[in-house]
Amino acid sequence: MDIILGIKLNDSVLIATSKAVTRGISVLKASDDKTRNLGDHSAMAFTGESGDTVQFAEYVQANLKLFSVRQNYELSPKAMASFVRKELATSIRSRKPFQVNVLIGGCDINKETPETSLYWIDYLGTNVELPYAAHGYAAFYALSLLDRHYKPDLNEEEGIKLLQLCNKELSTRMPIDFKGLRVKVINSQGVKEYDDLTAL
Amino acid sequence: MNSIADSFYSNKAEESIDNEFISKKLSLTPSLAMPPISKPTAFLRAHTDDNTNPDCKIKIAHGTTTLAFRFKEGIVVAVDSRATAGNWVASQTVKKVIEINPFLLGTLAGGAADCQYWETWLGTQCRLHELRNKERISVAAASKILANLVYNYKGMGLSMGTMVCGYTKKEGPTIYYVDSDGTRLKGDIFCVGSGQTFAYGVLDSNWHWDLTLEEALELGKRSILAATHRDAYSGGSINLYHVTEQGWKYYGNHDVGTLFWETKAKEGSFNNIVS
Repeated sequence: MDIILGIKLNDSVLIATSKAVTRGISVLKASDDKTRNLGDHSAMAFTGESGDTVQFAEYVQANLKLFSVRQNYELSPKAMASFVRKELATSIRSRKPFQVNVLIGGCDINKETPETSLYWIDYLGTNVELPYAAHGYAAFYALSLLDRHYKPDLNEEEGIKLLQLCNKELSTRMPIDFKGLRVKVINSQGVKEYDDLTAL
Repeated sequence: MNSIADSFYSNKAEESIDNEFISKKLSLTPSLAMPPISKPTAFLRAHTDDNTNPDCKIKIAHGTTTLAFRFKEGIVVAVDSRATAGNWVASQTVKKVIEINPFLLGTLAGGAADCQYWETWLGTQCRLHELRNKERISVAAASKILANLVYNYKGMGLSMGTMVCGYTKKEGPTIYYVDSDGTRLKGDIFCVGSGQTFAYGVLDSNWHWDLTLEEALELGKRSILAATHRDAYSGGSINLYHVTEQGWKYYGNHDVGTLFWETKAKEGSFNNIVS
């Protein structure tokens, strides 16, 4: 029942993730962070099998860090997404596949004008570039809402408004309290973190 | 796992049963002795998993209530002491707090053997860290050693739900929840085991950061008592610990049988019980 959402805006990408960790009938934690930064200008949100999620995210994070240290060059968000896709695609044919779905938001600062992008990748190894995306049950509510209200060239403030609209719908219709949304804003300046969407 | 097992398993085991003098017939090629079944993990699950097969012959010890919480003066850890195998109460005097070293405590829920073995193993890993780095291990690092270990065994039948509790100068009082599906979480309050919901009920409604040590120990004890009262798989007695920067200190064993009536009289609570 984890919620992860991503919205691409004119000069930034928003990534929102639910803060609850639920095991059985207990909420074990209400301040969880389901994201990892993959570099200075990109972040990955993840959901899926408990245990696999963090192991996979930190494996990817460490390997991309290793690459940037060795080559003194940070991969573009597109290249990072291709790398993550390839890892999941080889994993699905292995004895014990990672059951992890991810969203990658990033800003390519090596382009003439910095270019933002959002990638939706599932555990089977499907990689798609999208203007807005979601995984899990949240997608059933949020996608139709975003189909209706999303416009290209939204600015950051309008993007936050749109996320708040999603949050409102999810809070009223999802059967379990997901303890609010944590937000990451990625733009050419880097990654900004906010503990809660409602505080924005 | 199964494919590896298959590659080493041959029908030699069955053939050899026919021979009285097995040693005479031993082949010269090295081989591994494997159980004479095709899928060891599936076999183990079929005979030990109570959920899918209630008639299973091997009942692994389960059912527990354990808790740990952070507050102003450190960490309080409280646990019950009952071990059950199916409906059978196997023991009322189990030690569910494992003293990893003088500064680290681990709690035990789920498979008793798994927790006991891997947490004492964690103790040796922590000691090796001290010898190698001339510095005590952080709670974050210790819990991650355990989390990575159980993650390696994911899907192979390990069953553990544990809290690694400790106090270091760098981190302060710290609790990490680690379980056998590889989850590792830092937090202020955790209750683990079949009685967790009952313990949360009392703990959440009375906890605040500025608890005194006496209040905190009382709250930990009272939360486990609540769980032993409502959860049939928890009971026996309560073991209490307090963790500070000086290490952990044991605050005694409290028999639930007598504690219940004392608490009921003192608080005027448990009004569902009349006598």
